[in-house]
Amino acid sequence: MARPPTDADVAGLLDASRGPLHPVAARTLEASLSVAWADPTRLHQPARRARALLDTAREVLADALGVRPDELSIHDSADRALELAIAGLRHARRRAGERVVAGATERSVVLLQPGTEPHVPVDRTGRVQVPEYAGALAAGGVAAAVLQSANGEVGTRQPVDEVDDLCRAGDVPLLLDLTASLGRDGGTALRSPTAGSVLVADAASFGGPPIGLLAVRTGTRWSLPGPRREAEHGREHAPPWVPLVLAAAEAWRQTSAAREMEEPAARALVDKVRRTAAAVPDVEVVGDPEARLPHVVTFSVLYADGEVLLEELAARDLVVASGSACTSSMLRPSHVLAAMGVLTHGNVRVTLPLEAVSPTRAEDVERLCRELPDAVAAVRQRLGRDDL
Amino acid sequence: MRGPAGVPVVDARGTRCPVPVIRLARAVRDLPPGATVVLLADDVAAWSDVPAWARMKGHAVSLHEEDEGWTVYEVVLGPRGAAPQDARST
Repeated sequence: MARPPTDADVAGLLDASRGPLHPVAARTLEASLSVAWADPTRLHQPARRARALLDTAREVLADALGVRPDELSIHDSADRALELAIAGLRHARRRAGERVVAGATERSVVLLQPGTEPHVPVDRTGRVQVPEYAGALAAGGVAAAVLQSANGEVGTRQPVDEVDDLCRAGDVPLLLDLTASLGRDGGTALRSPTAGSVLVADAASFGGPPIGLLAVRTGTRWSLPGPRREAEHGREHAPPWVPLVLAAAEAWRQTSAAREMEEPAARALVDKVRRTAAAVPDVEVVGDPEARLPHVVTFSVLYADGEVLLEELAARDLVVASGSACTSSMLRPSHVLAAMGVLTHGNVRVTLPLEAVSPTRAEDVERLCRELPDAVAAVRQRLGRDDL
Repeated sequence: MRGPAGVPVVDARGTRCPVPVIRLARAVRDLPPGATVVLLADDVAAWSDVPAWARMKGHAVSLHEEDEGWTVYEVVLGPRGAAPQDARST
């Protein structure tokens, strides 16, 4: 099969936490503009066509999560879906309590919800401490629990099955956050297909547009305060824009079809980055080396400024991200790195794009591995820190 | 200044990461194992970074927050050379 054309602007792209669309999904989006633009809740012909397309796409995306279409709603962003997921559990369970049990490396939007403090501590790899999690559940007054399947910044997988068992035993609904992992870890199958009462995913994780997916399993007590909302099984005020949902469904089809090649290849590339970075003096590779997402790696460079390091790599046509506070836009370092007790400065994060999104990614990783020791030395020398 | 007489004090207040850790590393470079150094810093990243640096280098650190909005880090130097860097160690 001929390789579809990709965006020429992504040479050296090693930060795909929100990557470009899968090229086939991008073509689907373009084609959808003329056939699926209508509001699917209206009654005229274009609306009915949009509605039919939306129903098919919802089936595909529900299948991605292992749920039924009538359990799945679609939202403007994953953060919005996470907020709604927690709000619905808190409201439905308001008589049980107000607390939300969540680990310290959950996504910022989760940790900003009321009731989530104090956060359950994590170990040096970023994995939530199960005994402490159990203790927090047992303390009573718990409306809900939240756990990410894996952390999107450092890649570490969380103990999903253990926490799911604890929640079932304690009769506490678990929100499982798949936003970093769906389609990238375990192929089409979820690693724990029956875990969680509520699931949230981000279509961007598998090459789609950054829309949020929210599944509430049948039988889960979940409701929002106020009058019933009109769209998306009573969870949204307005239906999604259908072309985005069609693009998401196509991205899932493409990514799940390529899974057998994609994940081992990503894992091998990340292993190479981990080995190379660990060999540079005073560089700490963080996150679990084995129980991790195949496509994510983070390391921190002692005595280096995250922003300067990013610029140095950018000058070598390598596009990476950072969780350091030393970048001008952020005052605080990554809460994930801080909770793990690892170095937050000089941080470099690689989120590999899908091979279909960036066909040059293997060469880009080779180049990163070739350039990294010299880039680190150059940054330290330029700032007069090479003597430390 | 805080600390017993003769203990070097590095005042990195007003600087941001990674400067406090760099100044600290400079200050300890020529000191023997067992020596103590005090760092004053008000950058929030130093809360994570000074203990992480100490762990990487095999030093011990204790910190206490001052009312005025900065933190005092007391570092006791470990033996020179190898320090554990295994990300799995906790």
